[in-house]
Amino acid sequence: MTKPECLLRAGLLFLVLSCTRLLNAQTTTFPVNGLADPRSGCYAFTNATLVKDGQTTVTEATLLIRDGRIVAAGKGVSLPKDAVVLDCSGKFIYPSLIDIYSDYGIATPQRQPGERGFFAPQQFTSSTKGAVGWNQAIRSEVNGIDLFSVDDSKAKPLRDIGFGTVLTHQKDGIARGTGAVVTLAAIRDNKVVVKEKASAHYSFSKGTSSQSYPGSIMGAVALLRQTYIDAAWYRNRPASEGLNLSLDAWNASQTLPQIFEAGDKWSEIRADRIGDEFGVQYIIKGGSNEYQRIKEIAATKANFIISLNYPEAQNVEDPADARFVSLGDLQHWELAAGNAAALEKAGISFALTTSDLRDAKQFWPNLRKAIQYGLSESRAMDALTRTPAMLLGVYDKVGSLDAGKLANFLITTGNIFQERTQIVENWVQGERYNVRPEGWEIQGLYKLTLRGAGGTTEYNLDIKSASSATVWSKDTLTAKFAYNAGLVSLTLSPRSSGRGAGRPGAAGNASGIRLSGARIGNGWQGTGVDTLGKTISWTAVYQQAGTPAPDTGRKRTPSAMAHVTYPFGSYGNDTIPVAQSLLIRNATVWTNEKDGKLEGVDVVVRNGKIAKVGRNLSEAGATVIDGSGKHLTAGVIDEHSHIAAFSINEGAQSVTSEVRIGDNLNPDDVNIYRQLSGGVTTSHILHGSANTIGGQTQLIKLRWGADDEGLKFKGADPFIKFALGENVKRTAATQGNSRFPDTRMGVEEVLADAFQRARDYRDDKTAKNLRRRDLELDALVEIMENKRFITCHSYVQSEITALLRVADKYGFKVNTFTHILEGYKVADKMKERGANASTFSDWWAYKMEVQDAIAYNAAIMHKVGLNVCINSDDAEMARRLNQEAAKAIKYGGVSEEDALKMVTLNPAKALHIDKWVGSIREGKDADLVLWSDHPLSIYAKALYTIVDGTVYFDRQKDEAARVRIAAEKNRLVQKMIAEGRSSGTAGPARPTPQVVLHCEEYDHRVGLLETDEHEENEANHQ
Amino acid sequence: MKKNITAIIALLLAGGVASAQDDVYPAPEYKGLSFITNATIHVGNGQVINNGTIKINNGKIEQVGTNIPIPVDDVRVYNAAGKQVYPGMILPDTDLGLKEISSGVRGSNDFRELGDWNTSVRSIVAYNTDSRIINTLKANGILLASVSPQGGLLTGTSSVVQLDAWNWEDAAYQLDGALHLNFPSLLQRRGRFGGGGMQGQNDPIKEALARVEAVKQFFREAKAYLAEKTHAETNLRFESLRPLFEKKQKLFVHAGIVKEMLVAIDFAKEFGVDVVIVGGSESYQIADLLRENNIAVILSPMHNLPTLEDDDVDQPYKTPAILQKAGVLFAINDDHGESRYRNLPFNAGTAAAYGLTKEEALQSVTLNPAKILGIADRTGTLEVGKDANIVISAGDLLDMRTSLVTDVFIQGRKVSLENKQTQLYERYKKKYGIK
Repeated sequence: MTKPECLLRAGLLFLVLSCTRLLNAQTTTFPVNGLADPRSGCYAFTNATLVKDGQTTVTEATLLIRDGRIVAAGKGVSLPKDAVVLDCSGKFIYPSLIDIYSDYGIATPQRQPGERGFFAPQQFTSSTKGAVGWNQAIRSEVNGIDLFSVDDSKAKPLRDIGFGTVLTHQKDGIARGTGAVVTLAAIRDNKVVVKEKASAHYSFSKGTSSQSYPGSIMGAVALLRQTYIDAAWYRNRPASEGLNLSLDAWNASQTLPQIFEAGDKWSEIRADRIGDEFGVQYIIKGGSNEYQRIKEIAATKANFIISLNYPEAQNVEDPADARFVSLGDLQHWELAAGNAAALEKAGISFALTTSDLRDAKQFWPNLRKAIQYGLSESRAMDALTRTPAMLLGVYDKVGSLDAGKLANFLITTGNIFQERTQIVENWVQGERYNVRPEGWEIQGLYKLTLRGAGGTTEYNLDIKSASSATVWSKDTLTAKFAYNAGLVSLTLSPRSSGRGAGRPGAAGNASGIRLSGARIGNGWQGTGVDTLGKTISWTAVYQQAGTPAPDTGRKRTPSAMAHVTYPFGSYGNDTIPVAQSLLIRNATVWTNEKDGKLEGVDVVVRNGKIAKVGRNLSEAGATVIDGSGKHLTAGVIDEHSHIAAFSINEGAQSVTSEVRIGDNLNPDDVNIYRQLSGGVTTSHILHGSANTIGGQTQLIKLRWGADDEGLKFKGADPFIKFALGENVKRTAATQGNSRFPDTRMGVEEVLADAFQRARDYRDDKTAKNLRRRDLELDALVEIMENKRFITCHSYVQSEITALLRVADKYGFKVNTFTHILEGYKVADKMKERGANASTFSDWWAYKMEVQDAIAYNAAIMHKVGLNVCINSDDAEMARRLNQEAAKAIKYGGVSEEDALKMVTLNPAKALHIDKWVGSIREGKDADLVLWSDHPLSIYAKALYTIVDGTVYFDRQKDEAARVRIAAEKNRLVQKMIAEGRSSGTAGPARPTPQVVLHCEEYDHRVGLLETDEHEENEANHQ
Repeated sequence: MKKNITAIIALLLAGGVASAQDDVYPAPEYKGLSFITNATIHVGNGQVINNGTIKINNGKIEQVGTNIPIPVDDVRVYNAAGKQVYPGMILPDTDLGLKEISSGVRGSNDFRELGDWNTSVRSIVAYNTDSRIINTLKANGILLASVSPQGGLLTGTSSVVQLDAWNWEDAAYQLDGALHLNFPSLLQRRGRFGGGGMQGQNDPIKEALARVEAVKQFFREAKAYLAEKTHAETNLRFESLRPLFEKKQKLFVHAGIVKEMLVAIDFAKEFGVDVVIVGGSESYQIADLLRENNIAVILSPMHNLPTLEDDDVDQPYKTPAILQKAGVLFAINDDHGESRYRNLPFNAGTAAAYGLTKEEALQSVTLNPAKILGIADRTGTLEVGKDANIVISAGDLLDMRTSLVTDVFIQGRKVSLENKQTQLYERYKKKYGIK
């Protein structure tokens, strides 16, 4: 590398020019204090390597700019006379980078402190003033440009790493209004705006909104959905609405690029689906874990904005600390840098952003790491220039070195992606910004000569930076070096010998040779004192560029990397499991059919179905499982579960029939696997019990490894969760309840009101195009039309009867009463209406309304003739539902076969899926469990759990998985320790929280690392 | 005359049905002889006697074995042919009788006192013998419970009660056997229950260690105070520590993770007190250390999720087997807030499904808790000289499929198995005319 002579020569000139140029001052409205000082700002950068864009590089070329724009870029450019010519031999020139996801120049809105979550006080209306919409998190009327102002303290760190242009918007709310494209030039606000309204922004986070709704992810989805509908309806200016600036702005911004901040793979897929529903293709702001589901991410066909934020190494030296860091976290730490490469490989278009970085200085190291992990340099360049410019419709102005575009470019010492390369200058709109690190120009090898009374001594001096140098002759000396604007001081002392020599701080001798000097040409000269205090003189003569530091990154070409499993993390499958032909031989088969319990029977599974039940069967090519001495039952069905979701309760209003659990499934929840280990094959994921009319439920099969759509039980009737009693009147609220209702009387009123509104809505004769579609009421109409079915959280007999009466009046049925701990008191009334009962086996006395709960409840209801299910409502207990069913034998003497049906066939009936599952009959889904023992015994273990003919749990393979997990975890901990030691930047070990979601039903919280959705939200806000 | 046991049951049922168990009476004292015959006797020390007899005299077990002659006098004979006989189970750490309705009914709760230094708080004085929950435990074979206060760092002393009593003085089986310490959490977790989150200004671990040090300081001062015989002013909190330092009381340390348990062991060493770990969900990781230091464990229930997603899916289930193998003395607990402790036998049953023998599992809810609580000289096994705390079940007590408690004796008194739930059952069977 040669010294940057052209720039050094031009240095003085630049100092003069660095004041702000006021181009065309006579044509602006802004008066000038002093002389007009017009300048053309014409510069020619000659002999440079021009990287015009990710694909085009021209060597020995010239870049010519004038008035802040590029005039020409390439070979054979003729230089105008008024151009300041800068020789850039050996230099590379790149377009300045573009960050498409920023809030540069916009103040970060502050969230009001206060308790949030289910038990906190409620706020029902927006606290935003003005003619805006009803929900405080819909801020579509906000325009980034109105809030923006140049902020050089924020611009400089971005310019220093090469950025010249950003898209800025206010990152607050579910609809966030528009963003503006601005440059990072430190000039008047008016001059930096490239595009005033360039984008519209969305997210799932309500940000600073203090309004209670939405209080969940699925609530945010529902709000977005309804707002799309409302905005379309509002185009006709309905008089009933008045002026709604939020919806006006929403409609006006639909033609802009729509950017959705999701940040996590499942959120991204969810966002894309909302877009699909309303004909919008979002540009999706992702995170760093897209590689974990690259197929699904590619299927969105969206353009992505990807962060380069990787998890930092944690201090896992202490095994007791390392214990609580999950394998998934460790694997993600190892693999995150490969995310961009995975996207490139999958053909996904993406831009890169600095927005999630803890420190902008991490940008280049992290980008280079991405390149080591396989990202191509041209793609990286595109992702920082052309792609964001194209997405925002500003490629005519920024994003490449082409005539007519803004003069936004970087001068570097070489290929920008190489570790030793430095960005020397960043020009934005023709303004030069020196971004060299302090002391950059003095780096190199020098010959150091000391002259004193004792003669002449020579040393080698390698200056690495303004504060670091090494000095050696025969031995290496300890050198303390400081450079400041042409002046230098240097202290040399011999290294102490023995242990510790060579380590920083190990030098024992502070009284070395002390030198002071100043720059002269390429070198140095000055005076000093030796160890005896005698005066000496010295010179340093520049020899050559310093020895390049070893390119440490290159050596760390990733090897032995973690595999992406399905799902990601512990107990994931290497590939997504597939159905196989199975022959289960000689088992005791609990058919749940007329045949009852059959001994010594074979079952053939083919194409995911039960093909044959009989004796002495054979099946070519089938995997044979010996069932001798073992019991085969239908898979366990949990009528009431809260696993595998990101949120469960939308409790901010008493009626939230618009929210859908299916909008926020979490296929990575390890409780899916744990419950497979307990024989569960189907789970009904219910909304919580925070409100009278809760959200729409989602029936899933426990297909561990599938994505969220893949979990869903296809073709099943849709259900909805209702709730009565203490939870919906918020008995446990910390500061009292202000949300109607506060009594069971009010609960009944809420129900009547909701169905009356739904009935009026259904019968509304307004012209269809003028009617406002209401998703909340749509769901209730579906109930009245027998297209959606209720499962209702309920305890005491009064409330049960009250709901039955409301149902009678509005002509719908209550399909299932869940919990129903006083069902035994009104079993006859329930039977009359054909309601199903789904209850706990033996829970009671944890709150007032369960004082009369009895363990004999299931038996009584069964004997009265109800279809009775035993449910879990508990991620732990669901693993032992067979045992919970057995308690119906103990408490009330139900027969064994009937008891087993309470967790298999009966819930299938209650959920209207008994034509597919719940018993062992030819033609039904092969959802089966092979137990080691009598299936109702506490000693029984599920050996195989099979869903759709696919073995999702195999106890032997589980044993092998444990060994694998331990080994993999050990490998990663060792690697993390090594990296922590070498980088010295390991943060504290972070225990991986275990999110377990609840109905809000009880305070059973025992896991050391257990957390819930509200805690997660709080933690994410910190 | 031999009395017919079915007649006794009929008498009890004839007492009428109320929905509040007000007519479920504690059994009167019985000083005579009783015999349980033809039984499969699970002694509780690992021994099983087939077709055996237990002779009870004045509330104590006088003889256990086969070929025990039965006099034709005025004795009570209970034919347990085809049935299983066990020692009464012991709930080793509970808020039974202190917490009736945990959510929404503050007035029914007396388990958590204010302040950190409650050494003189005694659970026994608040123990409510009329709690509706107690009788449901007897019906499942749980006959004794150690009732503990919970508030603060040093929460007070627990006492063992027998579950068939008119008032707490009747119930008291052993007074103030243990002082309880809630060990400050040394786990850095985020969220509102973790004390400020990862980025909080204060390091929660440092704060926790400072609290541990404060407890040590409290103990040191108490020890010094107790060394001096006379005091112008009496410190009741320090006075309450005397039995602990005199080893008449144990220190029950509620701790979960390894670091906490290690510091607890150090506590035992520094102050020369008997330490028992309560909770100990991670105890399996230091089983050898616990045995070497003679630290017993009252384990949190098996019916819990594994701590971390990486953990073996059956980790809490098999934790007892790991402790057993290492020779750690442990008892199994049931603190489940929604089923209210009646599933103690099934937590033990789960441990048996995952590595313990059935007799070892039984011991973990009978003899082991008796040893840990210091009452093994009186109960925990069906051995001669001990109280006749006995459970008869139609089948395997630890398996809900077969567990059906038919008879229960506490100190030789045959106690009622009725409770609020059985009464409501009878009431509604009547409504629907079902059997």
